[in-house]
Amino acid sequence: MRAASHISFGERVLRLFMPIVALAIAIGLWEAVVRYYELPPYILPSPTLVFETLKSDWGTLSESLLVTLRTTAIALLLAVIGGVLLALLFASSRLVELSLFPFAVILQVTPIIAIAPLLLIYLEPQTAVLVCAWIVAFFPILSNTALGLASVDRNLQELFQLYGANRWKTLFLLRVPAALPYFLGGLRIAGGLALIGAVVAEIAAGTGGRGSGLAYRIVESGYRLNVPRMFAALLLISLAGIAIFALLTLIQHLTLRRWHESALDRES
Amino acid sequence: MSAPAHAAASSDKPLAAFKGVGKTYPNGVTALEHLDFSIGRGEFLALLGPSGCGKSTALRLLAGLTGPTKGEIVRHSAGSHDVGFVFQEPTLMPWATVAQNVRLPLRLKNIEYQESRVQEALALVGLDDFRDAYPRELSGGMKMRVSIARALVTKPQLLLMDEPFAALDEISRFRLNDDLLALWRQLNCTVVFVTHSVFESVYLASRILMFTPRPGRVAAEFEIKAPEPRDGQFRTSPEYGAQCREISAALANVMADA
Repeated sequence: MRAASHISFGERVLRLFMPIVALAIAIGLWEAVVRYYELPPYILPSPTLVFETLKSDWGTLSESLLVTLRTTAIALLLAVIGGVLLALLFASSRLVELSLFPFAVILQVTPIIAIAPLLLIYLEPQTAVLVCAWIVAFFPILSNTALGLASVDRNLQELFQLYGANRWKTLFLLRVPAALPYFLGGLRIAGGLALIGAVVAEIAAGTGGRGSGLAYRIVESGYRLNVPRMFAALLLISLAGIAIFALLTLIQHLTLRRWHESALDRES
Repeated sequence: MSAPAHAAASSDKPLAAFKGVGKTYPNGVTALEHLDFSIGRGEFLALLGPSGCGKSTALRLLAGLTGPTKGEIVRHSAGSHDVGFVFQEPTLMPWATVAQNVRLPLRLKNIEYQESRVQEALALVGLDDFRDAYPRELSGGMKMRVSIARALVTKPQLLLMDEPFAALDEISRFRLNDDLLALWRQLNCTVVFVTHSVFESVYLASRILMFTPRPGRVAAEFEIKAPEPRDGQFRTSPEYGAQCREISAALANVMADA
């Protein structure tokens, strides 16, 4: 963050350490409550036990983490390709937009958990999970990119008209760059949603064995009342979500920092 | 009020002429009606009038950005697109550097020898050192200079300006006024400048067309008599004051009749 260079050292320390201190206190309280009341692990495991389980079950859990991350990444990639292509199609033809946009909205407003069982009948479980993650990640990219492509400064548009720019030049030199911040905003939302979609679909699928994701580990551990492992898997999903969000925020910042208002320091 | 004046303009064929032009928008608003005037080669013509009197519409018609609903616009320039346009806002692409913004018209028109022309245009407005800056790093006045450089990069015969300095502070505006006059003399082009400021139009223009409130027509025409080159001395001279007074009074009349 460039803002950091403008704020005092004390403020920076405060910003960095306050969340860490607060988190440490919360975990400490949790640990203390579990020990004081001697709660059994199948009711509430202590944080230390969760970390120990994470370590001891790392083989299975890391494999599942990779599966979930792979599904999320592929779904996000396909959502980017599909969302951007469809947005470009919408931008070039009003007829296409009017006919296809309702479908996109229907897919978006219908809860994915309700679509998943149906997809599981028609598709292989792995494919169904991927499709679910894709459906939820697709819409923010489509709608944001379409909005961006339509939000071009009118005077700039007239300037392009004045110099006789053809459709392609107007698209690639004007509309695409103008849509970029909107697209990146959509991408950041879609990244989190792709993970949620993958997790929801895995739970709906409920199939186990090799090559199953973190959500399935949670379901499986639940059946066995292995609550510490449920927490460990949950922790990994949270961390994965945070990592995806951080990565996409970084991409957004690096892409826009030279010119976009969103990357400006408030202090400057 | 001076006699109908075409002194410089009528010496040869005008660059462009409005003949009975009317413009009614699809929403029923009539912006212009019975608009007749011509633009002489090499003149600095100001279109003066209150906000919403259709001056900007006249400019857009001249640029070919929209068509008239009545009458016709006759152009005698080499190409119908041989025009530079400066908007009220700088209208720069925020994602592109100063040089890339200035290069844009050349890219869109597939003109070669781009770098030297970009450099030349930036030098004209005194921004050589800022070619790699992004618009957000520039002040309002500098952004407007970039916008002017972009309009000049194709070396247009006709430079159209739509209240380009209205949003600037007075110090920047006065400097840009002087720089614009210098450019106009140096490049020998024709400028059509829309403004609602009597003072600005008297300082800049060789001829002023005063528009009536909507629907816009030409209500009066003035030749500005001034020593060349105009500078800060002219801005404080009695001649300048007298002409501003005369035109302000005429503008008040036009507004009262409406």
